This record gives sequence, C-alpha cells and structure tokens, in this order.
Amino acid sequence: MTITDPGTKPDVVEHHAESTGRVGAGVFDPRQLLTSLPDALRKLHPRHQIRNPVMFVVWVGSILVTVFAIAEPSGFTVAVAVWLWFTVLFANLAEAVAEGRGKAQAESLRRTKRDTMARRLRADGGEETVPGAGLAVGDLVVVEAGEVVPGDGDVVEGIATVDESAITGESAPVIRESGGDRSAVTGGTTVLSDRIVVKIATRPGESFVDRMIALVEGAKRQKTPNEIALTILLATLTIIFLLAVVALQPMADYSGRQQSVTVLTALLVCLIPTTIGALLSAIGIAGMDRLVQRNVLATSGRAVEAAGDVSTLLLDKTGTITFGNRRATEIIPVGTATADDLAVAARLSSLADGTPEGRSIVELCVGTYGLPGEPTRAERAGESVPFTAQTRMSGIDLGGRRIRKGAASAVRDWVTGQGGTVPDEVHEIVDRISAEGGTPLVVAEGAVVRGVVRLSDVVKPGMRERFAELRAMGIRTVMVTGDNALTAKAIAGRAGVDDFLAEAKPEDKMALIRREQEGGRLVAMTGDGTNDAPALAQADVGVAMNTGTMAAKEAGNMVDLDSDPTKLIEVVAIGKQLLITRGALTTFSIANDLAKYFAILPAMFATVYPQLGQLDIMRLHSSNSAILSAVVFNALVIVALIPLALRGVRYRPASARSLLRRNLLIYGLGGVVTPFVGIWLIDLLVRLIPGM
Amino acid sequence: MSATAAGLLQAGLLLLALAVGYRPLGDHMARVFSTGKHWRVEKAVYRVGRVDPDAQQHWKTYASSVLGFSAVSVVLLFLVQRLQSLLPFDFDRGPVPVGVAFNTAISFVTNTNWQSYLPEKVMGHTVQMVGLTVQNFVSAAVGLAVAIALVRGFTRAGTDRIGNFWVDLVRGTVRVLLPLAFISAVLLVALGVVMSLKSGVDVTNPDGSAGRIALAPAASQEAIKELGTNGGGIFNANSAHPLENPNGWTNLVEIYLILVIPVSLTRTFGTLVGNRRQGYVLLSVMGVIWAAMLTVIWWAESHPNGPAALLAGAGMEGKEQRFGIAGSALFANATTGTSTGAVNSMHDSFSGLGGGGTMLNMLFGEMTPGGVGTGLYSVLIMAVIAMFLAGLMVGRTPEYLGKKLGRREVTCAAIAMLAMPVVVLVGAGAALLLPSTPGALNNPGAHGLSEILYAYASASNNNGSAFAGITVTSDWFQITLGLCMLFGRFIPILAVLCLAGSLAAQKKVPETAGTLPTTGPLFATMLGGTVVLVAALTFIPALALGPIAEALA
Repeated sequence: MTITDPGTKPDVVEHHAESTGRVGAGVFDPRQLLTSLPDALRKLHPRHQIRNPVMFVVWVGSILVTVFAIAEPSGFTVAVAVWLWFTVLFANLAEAVAEGRGKAQAESLRRTKRDTMARRLRADGGEETVPGAGLAVGDLVVVEAGEVVPGDGDVVEGIATVDESAITGESAPVIRESGGDRSAVTGGTTVLSDRIVVKIATRPGESFVDRMIALVEGAKRQKTPNEIALTILLATLTIIFLLAVVALQPMADYSGRQQSVTVLTALLVCLIPTTIGALLSAIGIAGMDRLVQRNVLATSGRAVEAAGDVSTLLLDKTGTITFGNRRATEIIPVGTATADDLAVAARLSSLADGTPEGRSIVELCVGTYGLPGEPTRAERAGESVPFTAQTRMSGIDLGGRRIRKGAASAVRDWVTGQGGTVPDEVHEIVDRISAEGGTPLVVAEGAVVRGVVRLSDVVKPGMRERFAELRAMGIRTVMVTGDNALTAKAIAGRAGVDDFLAEAKPEDKMALIRREQEGGRLVAMTGDGTNDAPALAQADVGVAMNTGTMAAKEAGNMVDLDSDPTKLIEVVAIGKQLLITRGALTTFSIANDLAKYFAILPAMFATVYPQLGQLDIMRLHSSNSAILSAVVFNALVIVALIPLALRGVRYRPASARSLLRRNLLIYGLGGVVTPFVGIWLIDLLVRLIPGM
Repeated sequence: MSATAAGLLQAGLLLLALAVGYRPLGDHMARVFSTGKHWRVEKAVYRVGRVDPDAQQHWKTYASSVLGFSAVSVVLLFLVQRLQSLLPFDFDRGPVPVGVAFNTAISFVTNTNWQSYLPEKVMGHTVQMVGLTVQNFVSAAVGLAVAIALVRGFTRAGTDRIGNFWVDLVRGTVRVLLPLAFISAVLLVALGVVMSLKSGVDVTNPDGSAGRIALAPAASQEAIKELGTNGGGIFNANSAHPLENPNGWTNLVEIYLILVIPVSLTRTFGTLVGNRRQGYVLLSVMGVIWAAMLTVIWWAESHPNGPAALLAGAGMEGKEQRFGIAGSALFANATTGTSTGAVNSMHDSFSGLGGGGTMLNMLFGEMTPGGVGTGLYSVLIMAVIAMFLAGLMVGRTPEYLGKKLGRREVTCAAIAMLAMPVVVLVGAGAALLLPSTPGALNNPGAHGLSEILYAYASASNNNGSAFAGITVTSDWFQITLGLCMLFGRFIPILAVLCLAGSLAAQKKVPETAGTLPTTGPLFATMLGGTVVLVAALTFIPALALGPIAEALA
C-alpha cells in the first residue's frame, strides 16, 4: 500500500515556494469573447444594469440616442447610437467572460455531485439505505472501499484511503482517519480502501462542493468593502459629470449654439468613468478565479481583499517554514568509536525504521559515509525492534549485536540496565544539540554508547528570501511552534522570520492574534486541526488546509485544496493585485478624460467661438468625426483592457512608494497620453464613413 | 524700480512674513485646541451659555451645535438689520430691505460676505460693528472649529467624541482671532486706515461743488475682514477704497492677514498629528498651486490682449494706481485662493485669462490655501480622495494617517467634494435658463457667461468676491445665491464632521513598510494632481464658453 502523505511532499511545496514571487497570469483566450456573447446580451436587462451606476447611465444614454436616431435618422446619430450600445455590450462582455471561466470549473465540480446512496446507521446498529440528499446533520453513514462519500463530515470510526481528485485535482490518495486532524471527508470523494463511519456535518445543498460551485460561478457574489467604496466614488464622479453636461446646455444655448441630445450624451459617456465601471465586476470575479486556479477557495471576496491588507502572518513552523519532519544532519561519535563505526550502527538501527526521521538517518549514512541504502541479505535476517511508547527506542538485533537508538533518557536507562555507563561527554553533546534547537538521538550497542545523531529542523530553501520580500511589503512574519523558546529562537534566526511564538498552545495563538488586532493589524494564518478553529475564525484571513478537520474548514474563510501552508503568501499577493488592478484602471479611466475634452469641446463650440478650434490639437477631420472617434475609443478601450482586468495588473512585492510611482506613471500618465493617440487613429478611419 | 521688480519684492516680503509667522502661530493654534485649561473669561462665557466645557461631543452633537449656532446667528443678524432704525449710529438709513437683509445674514454667517448692498448707504455703524463684525469673528471661528474637529478624527482612536464645539468656538475667537485682529487693527490705523464713528465729513470738491466723504470704523473691521477670510468691505469699493486700503503697505498687510491663518494651520495640523512633515506636504501643494496661479494672473494682467491695449494701459483698467498690476494680482490671487472675497481691483475688468484664473482659484474648492479652517478641511478631503486611489494602487485598503478609508469615509469625502460643483453648476445653469438673465449682465457673449459663473462660484465657495458687472438685486439672485452660500457652506461641514466621527471611531493602523508614505513629493504630486484634475474635469466645459473662449480670442 503506497500512501502519499501531503505533509511530506517537498517537491510540491518547493514548486510553490519558487513560483510565488509574483502573481502569475491567467490565460485569456480571445475566443472567450465570442462564446460569452449570448450572456453579454442577456445582461442588457435593466435589472442587471441598475446594479452598476456608471454603466446604467450609459445604458439610459444609449436608449435616448437610439430614440433620436430612429426619429431623425442621420449617419452620425445612428453611428453614435450603435457605439453607445457597444459600450454597454463590451462591459457586459467583460463580466460574462470573467464568469464564463468560473462556470467551466463549476461544471466539472457538478459532475462530482452525483446522487449517491448512503448507508445510514440506525440507532439499533443496523443499516438502511437512503439517498444522499436525504441525510441530516449528525447522521452516521458507513462508507467502504469503492463507494462515494455521500456528504461532508468527519470520520468517527476507522481509517481509509480516499481519492479526493474530484475536488483537489490531486490524484494521489490521502488518508482519512477518526480523531486527530485528518478526520474530514468531503462529499463526492471516493473511498479506495477499508471502511469508515462518517458523521455528516452539513445539510445537503450546503455542502462544501455546493459552496464551491456557488463561489466559482460568482452566483452569490457580493461586493467587497473596497469595491463598494470605489463604486461610491465612481457614482460621485458620474453625478458631477452628469451635472456638468446638463448645465452645459443652458450655457451653450446662451452662447448661441444649442447642442443636440446625441452630442451631449456622447460627451457624458466619454467623461464618466466607463472604463473602470465596465471592468469593475470582471476584476472582482477574476480575482476570486485566480485563487481558484491556485486551488484556494475563498468563502467571500471580503477575505481576498483582507488578504491584501494583512500585516501579520502567523506561520506554523512545521511543514511551512521547515520540512515537515526533522532530519538527521550530523553524527557525533563518542568514546572509542569512529564516525564510520557510528554510521554503521546508526544505519543498522534505522533500516527497519519507516518514520521520516529514521529514513533520514539512513540517507545521511548513505550520502556521507557511502553505506548501502538497502539492507543486505545478511542484514535482512536481523530482527528489528520497533519503536514503542514504553521503550521509546527502536533498533535491531543482528547476530550478537543489539543496537538501539532513541531519546537520551531512554537509551541511558537501557545502557545502565545492562551494567554500562553513559560517559559525561554524551550528556554534554546532548545538551548542546538541544540548546541549538536540534533533537539528539543516542545510539548504543549493548552497554556501550556509540554516539549521538543530531536531528534538526531543516528550513526550506528560499524561505529567508520570501520573508525578506514580505518585510519589504510591510508584512511581519511570526513563526508558531510547540518547541521551547531556545529551539524556536534558533530556527527563527535561521529562517529569518521577524518573531516567534514558542511552546504555543492554541490559546496562545488566539491571544497573539487578538493582540495584533488590538494594535490595528490584520492577521492571516493557516491551520488544520480542530483546536486551530477558534484562531482561524478570529484571524482576518484564515486559510484551512483541506486535509484538516471539518471544524477548521468551517472556521476559516479560505480552504487550500493543496494543503500547502506557504500558499498564504501567494494569497496575500493575489489580494493586493486585485486592489491594484482596480486602482490602476480607475486612474486610467479618469486620466482619459483630458484628451476627450480636447476632441469634443472644439467640435461642439468652434462654430460659435472659432478660437476654441485651437484646442483641437489632434487636428481631427470634422466635428462629427471627432465626437464619434471619442465614443469609439471609449468603447474599444474596454475590450482592449478585458485581458488586463482578468489577468490583473502585474504585481511584484515592492515598497508602497515604488508601486505607486510605477502605477501612476503607467496608468496615470499613460492614461493621459493613450487616448490622444487612439482618438487620432480612430478618426483616420471614421472620416471615411459618409456623412462625417 | 520696474513694476516687475516691485511686484517680486512685494511677493518676497509677503512670503518672508508668512514664513516668520508660520511656526509660532501654527504651534499656538495647536496648543489652543489641545490644552485642557480654560481662561477665566472663557469660563464666564461657558457659565452664561450653560456649557460644560469639559464634556466631549459626538459628531452629531457637534454638527447640531454648528448648525444651531449658525441658525441663531442668521436670525439675529437678520433682526439687527431690520431693526436698524432703533439702533444708534444708524444715520437714518432705515431698516435694511428684507431681500438684502436675508442675503446678507446668510452671507456673513457662512463666511461668504457677498454684498448685494451699498454699505455707505444701507448699513449704519452699529449694524456693522454689532452685526457684521461679530459674524466676521465667529464665522471664521466656526470654520476653524470644524477643521480642528476633523484633525481630531485623525489623532483620536476608538472614541466617538470629536471635541466640544462651544469650547473650540470660544477659544478660536478669544485666543486666536481677537488678539491678532486687535494688533492688526492698530497697525492698520497706524498705516492710515480710517477709524471713525462719524458718518462722514463734508468736503469741497476741486470743482467747487460740495461733497461728502463717508467715514466708518474701518480699521477694526478691516483687520478681521482679512484675518477671518471674510471679505465684506465696510465701504462699497472694498479694499480698493482709499480709506480701507490707503497704500502699498496696507495692501501688503491685508494680503498677509488673508493668508496667515490658513497657511499656519498646516503647521497646526502637522503638530497635532505628531508629524510636522504631514503639514508641510499640504502646505507645499497649496503653495505650488498658489504660486502657479499668481504667475498666470500676473502675467495675464501684464499682457492684455494685443500690444495696443497694453500701450493704452488696458492692463490697469479697474485697478488702483497705488497698487499697480502686481499688487492687484497678488491681492486677487490671495482673496480667491482663500474664501475671503475682498477685492482691491475689479475682477470684471481682468483679462480673460486673469479673470479665469481668479475663478479657477475658487473652483479648485478654495484650498490654496483656503479660508480659515475651511482651507484645511477642504484639502484634507481631497487628500482622502487622493489617498483612496493611491491606496488601491499599492494594493491595500486605502488609509491616510493610520485611518482606513472605507465605505463611510469615502462617502463623506465624496459628498463634501460633490457639494460645491453641484451647487455651482445647478445655480449657473438655472440662472441662464431665466429669460431675464441676459438683461442683468453688463456684457454679452463669453464675458457675460463668466460673470454668471463667477457669481455662483463665489457664492457656493463662500468667497463673496464679485466679478461685478452683474446686477444681483433681483429676488432670483438674492435667493438662489443665498441658497448656494448655505449649501456650499453646510453640506461640506456636515460631511466633514461625519468623516471626523467615523475616523475617530477607528483604531489606528500602525505604519509599516507597506504603508504609503504621505510626506514625500510623490504624495504631493498625487494630491495636487487630484485637486487640479477634479476641478478641471468638472468645469472645463463651462469655462470653455466663458474665460477660455475669452482668453483664446
């Protein structure tokens, strides 16, 4: 039976550690524009439009101009009407494309939601078969090899391997067992071996998969706090521009040049922040989508946004900062033994030891001392002595040799029990290793101590750099460990975290989170155990591992299907990228207005005040072509920016100052310049239309 | 000395004087509004007003106090004008007409000091001193109080209390405005400003005819008129009048008084928030825009359209010989960059660009450096808007001075920002729809539009300066301009106090490497850009048909 334990998948973990320096780009396929078109058309319904104040104004304007285009048709009015509708349509398209990507994921999830029959345990101990949809919270169901788990719950009896690929995409099976932190099973997953009894924890229709589907489809998408604040600002700008345009008519009238409704609507649509208004919801959906692509499910957009604000990161030492298990890093012979003697003894004692620590001892002996990795035929004849809680030692009896390794106190008892003595040298080494944050294992052969093996926490490669990056972003990292303060300090120093919490009990973690929050900081953490649940709930961003308990998954606001604790760092980056994309496109949208004034105002008023013609620095063909070109540019820029909205603005960890400088330059200054070029180019084509 | 050199010398002297006063006055105001000690005279006032000076107010209580105080002020000022004939020193000028009394009461209580009356003919000395001058003090003190309340929003944490309006009002009047006004009044008298309780003196004109020169207690009112960024002249010609502003020195002193409190308040702000550089950055934004606008106006007035006009002295039309172009441009830029509205020249006679410049100063929302208190809170509102966008662009929930800018904060700031453009555009647009409006204008075409736009910009921004050239005595103008003053004053104040309340309730977010610093040139650029862009994008269409069309002609 091969079992892949997610906790010991260093290759996967390292991969993430390397790829998260920047948030990667999602792939955008132009064909999505076409396939999303029907959805975009459906979104023309007023009930949908009213939710977005900026685009609602465009929508009303389109109807208005269309009425005029029908009443008094002219090439110009019809063209403006058509392009105003395109503006609305492109905004819908952006949203539809963003939603479409989630829908595909939801579809594949739905396939796991087959109607399963459940074997429910009756109170008298008998079994009855009921449909999965008829289960209630608290029901006990039996699932055996080959059967599908009928609903979310915790294993209360037994141990089994489960194929969770339907949810996580990870084909290697995982172990689920009663008690402990790996008790949660998800409905729709398949039991591969053995038999478990599951206590159902969610009602049908509210299961994990149901929530996932709702999330990726964006069905229950609620606006996040920052999105609401931005919408208010955009609505304010829209009101100001609406009034500026409405008040313009009496002024134009006074000046002797009344303007047509078509021209005023065109001016209004060009001025209000349509670019960001059109892309705002697509940006939000795409942000959640980027998380899903990384196998992280957020229960709300609020949590994603909060991730960008996090200023304190609580990271579990084991599995996050260090490899999940301690490794043998050194062997220290004592007495007359040489290092080679000790290596031979240490290897023999660990050959039958299946624990990661044991394997790491063999690996060290193989790598450094050139000993064979596999047991020889002679060695296989030996009788292995497994580790027990009573002896706290393991080893081998091979011929006349009796070799044991274990904790210093256990081996001491064993040696003195045989009439031997433990030299002071050993105590000194043991104390030194402990003080340095390692775990000493003493190896003895018979009554003679051969030496000490040092097991240490090995910090994952690249962690120091990641923490430095986080520091530059203003995020403080705190390592949480059950180790004593001395050990914790040594590892914290090696890993480069800012602070550590040693001998941490769940309530200490909770207290730490509260303390940080008192000081106005937002805290993110990962957790898997039931005793992590309160802390996960208290943290502003709580990422539960999918391998964890149901309680943990309920308490957190995100679930990482890969159960990779380092992904928290990536989640932070995605949260930041989401906000940056919104801010950058808002700036771009507003900066665009300047050029539009230069195009439209001379076109409107050069006949009454010829001197205003000096403002036409783009030298556009005619007043009609100038206005239409501005409208066309305004519509096309939405389509042009859909890929950026879906992918998100490029984010690299950097100081706030340099981020702002860069984004102001690209989206502020770029936003001022681009429309001058764009409108000028479009005018070259538009002037070919008859009647312009 | 050439006119340019004289102008530069005046500007240099002005800046030097402002720099000298910056620290002591700024720090003095910071102490005034943060100390727990009450003066004896203040305690007496609190006893009479039955106010517990140590009680702190919720923002809603603070706001109702502001509104209540202002409402009572409007009623009292209205009554004082209407009952003028019962008062001494009325010179038989009789009760002030209802329309004028209404407009004037609002105008002085809102710190606008828009004057739709001839002071020498309508207001006696008692109305001037007991009515108008009192409001000159307290309306400025109200602005100061609101600004300080907003600053408390940033400095306090986890409380729903933002100070005590009555204490702020009394302290602002007693400890800041009164002493400074007293000293300035003495200085102005010494420099030649008239101070008399007589109604006037009889004179024989050069041509032998008999004439009468009106007199008034001008110096005392002049001091607070400028210091409190009020602007209501005791003579109709305002600071162009030789008895209100007799020479170049008084001109410079008056410009200094206009600017000194708004400028020094940035120091107060920096001191109170515990980081002086936060104040300097606001000052730098105000200063750069102020200097740029001064350059534009000065240049435009020195280069009227066409060399023939220049030779014929067209640049001097509507300006006083004793101030010249530089002294007039300096005054015009100061009075429209603050909410003062005093004038020492006719802005109506300015060139298209120069007149447009004074208008734009107001349309920025008057924050270069803005009125007493109002300038500080206006620029802070723009800082909130700018930081909201900047914050998003660095990937964090936006924050300013350790306070998060969430839904409520942005809503308050947006309303405060929205009020003025809405009032100006609706007012000017509606006025133009009236068939009678063209008849009220001195000029047709683009300049006529500028006159309308200027009137509504001035009223809505509580500036009070007039382009003149527009007859505003009709009921329509009296009432709509009165409403513009009310909305332009109190909507932002309510929004600002609400913002203060919601900021004070927040915890303070500690500063980290991820916090966007608000002290460097980057933030200054962002803030300045926001101020200019918001005003430009809002008003370019209207300005295009007025001053821009004039300037490009």
